[in-house]
This record gives sequence, C-alpha cells and structure tokens, in this order.
Amino acid sequence: MSTRSVTAEETTVHTGSAAAAILSAGIGSIAVAIFAIAADKSASLKNLFSIYKSTGALSGETTAAVVLWLVTWIIFAAIWRKRSVPLARINLIAFTLLALSLLLTFPPIGDLL
Amino acid sequence: MEITTQSLWTLIHGMGFGALYLLAGSGAIALLFHRHSPNDPTTPGSDRLLGIYLSIMAVFAWLAVLSGTYIIYPWYRAAPPKGTVNFGAYPRSLLLSHPATSQWHLIGMEWKEHVAWLVPIAITMAAFVAIQYARDLKRQPQLRYALYGFVVTSLLAAGIAGFFGAMLDKNAPVDGGQTIQLIKGE
Repeated sequence: MSTRSVTAEETTVHTGSAAAAILSAGIGSIAVAIFAIAADKSASLKNLFSIYKSTGALSGETTAAVVLWLVTWIIFAAIWRKRSVPLARINLIAFTLLALSLLLTFPPIGDLL
Repeated sequence: MEITTQSLWTLIHGMGFGALYLLAGSGAIALLFHRHSPNDPTTPGSDRLLGIYLSIMAVFAWLAVLSGTYIIYPWYRAAPPKGTVNFGAYPRSLLLSHPATSQWHLIGMEWKEHVAWLVPIAITMAAFVAIQYARDLKRQPQLRYALYGFVVTSLLAAGIAGFFGAMLDKNAPVDGGQTIQLIKGE
C-alpha cells in the first residue's frame, strides 16, 4: 500500500455507519417510552404486547422496541454505508430522542400524554 | 446461613450485573476522557481497549435487563390467590396494599422497568462505534460527543433503575423458592 493511499484512507472517514448506529439507538430508546405509554392507554395494545404472560406487556413493549431499533439500524446502515453523514445533526436528533425517552418513561410525565 | 433461589437471582441481577455495570461506567467515562484528550499519545493497539471495555459493559447491561424482565419481574408481579391476607410473597400486591408504599410501585417500578431498557440500547451503540471507529475517535469530535452522551445517559438510566431496585427490594423483597444452605450453623 502506498503512502498516498494510506493518507487518503486515514483522512476520509465514512461516518455513515456511526450515524446509523447513533440515530437508531435514539429511535430504539424513544420506542421503549412510546410503546410503554401506548400500552398504558390502550387495553387492546396491552394484550397485544403481552407476548410472555408472566412478564405481561413489558415483554412485548421492549421486544418491539428492540426489533424497531435493530431494523432501523440495518436500514440506515445500508443507506449510509459508504457515505459521510453530518454527525452534528444526527447527534442532536439522537440526544433529543434519548432525553425524551428518559422523561417519558417517568410515569408522572408519561401519564400527562 | 441460608438464601432462597429468588433472593439469589435478585442478588445476581442487582449486585452482580447492575452494580458491575455502574462500577464499570465511571471507568468508561475516565477511559473516554483520557484516551481521546488531544495530548494523549495512543497507539493503534490501545485504541481497541475502549471498544472491548464498552462491549463488556454491554454484556452486563443485557444480562441485567433480561434477568430482571424475564426471571425476577414475574416473581415480583405474581398475583396472589383470592382471599390472600398476607402479601409477603407477592411484592407488587404488598406495595399496592398500603398508601405509604404504593408509590414505590406506581412510580418506582413503573419507571425502573422501562428506563432500564435504554441502557443496553445506548451502550451497545457506544461499543459498536468505539470498535468500528477506534482509530478515528481522536480526530472526530462528534463521534466522541455521541459516545459521551450515550454512555453518561446509560449510567443515569442504570442509576435510576438501581436506586429503585434497591428501594423496592427493601420495602417488598422478592423472596421465595427453594432454600439454599450456604453455611451450616453450629
């Protein structure tokens, strides 16, 4: 490998994979909060989410959030694989989603919706 | 000296996986700060350390939420048979039976059981980025900010879950099942 190609490789960082991981983690986090609130408001959703009876709706809420997280990660990673994505904007969105998920999982705030 | 199987699992979940995660968390912050400060002369080999460290934390986080959700939580929320007067073996019902303790379930457990799931999601992402971009972290501040943000938030979420876990177990312990004799008395 020539010095020139090493230099080029080191200076060009494809941030697409990182952006996909960061944004999907934000989406997965907010999904935990949204599914929890949705199951709390709707008896039919609560039943739907009770995929493991002993744990109740928590089993389905968290499984659905994890599946959504992984699926969005795969999709974004496929789209952005060889691209450089502006991480500042991705971070801002992901941090907002993460902060909201912390707040919305707190029952007195989640119950306001 | 004896312990029941349910107490042992609660101990493994909280004092094992959960406490180890919280202990490792401060180390992760120190490692992030130290390894990627502009004056730190890292070598390619030492760059991998953060990724390995965060991956081990991710394993603890997944073990904590899975053992909590699928082993301990069913014991916690078990419904007592009709006519039960002593709720000692039914922690959720015990907490809800008294106004002084009901909020430990309605706020404490309700928050804990969901906020804890943010931890493995956040730390798995952080581990992936630290491994995939081990050599680029120093030159990419936005990648470092993402790691800081998600690792710190995961610690906050784990702290909330840990605090309520300890308080819930103090007010209504998950206890029962087979008794294991640890040391025979004289």
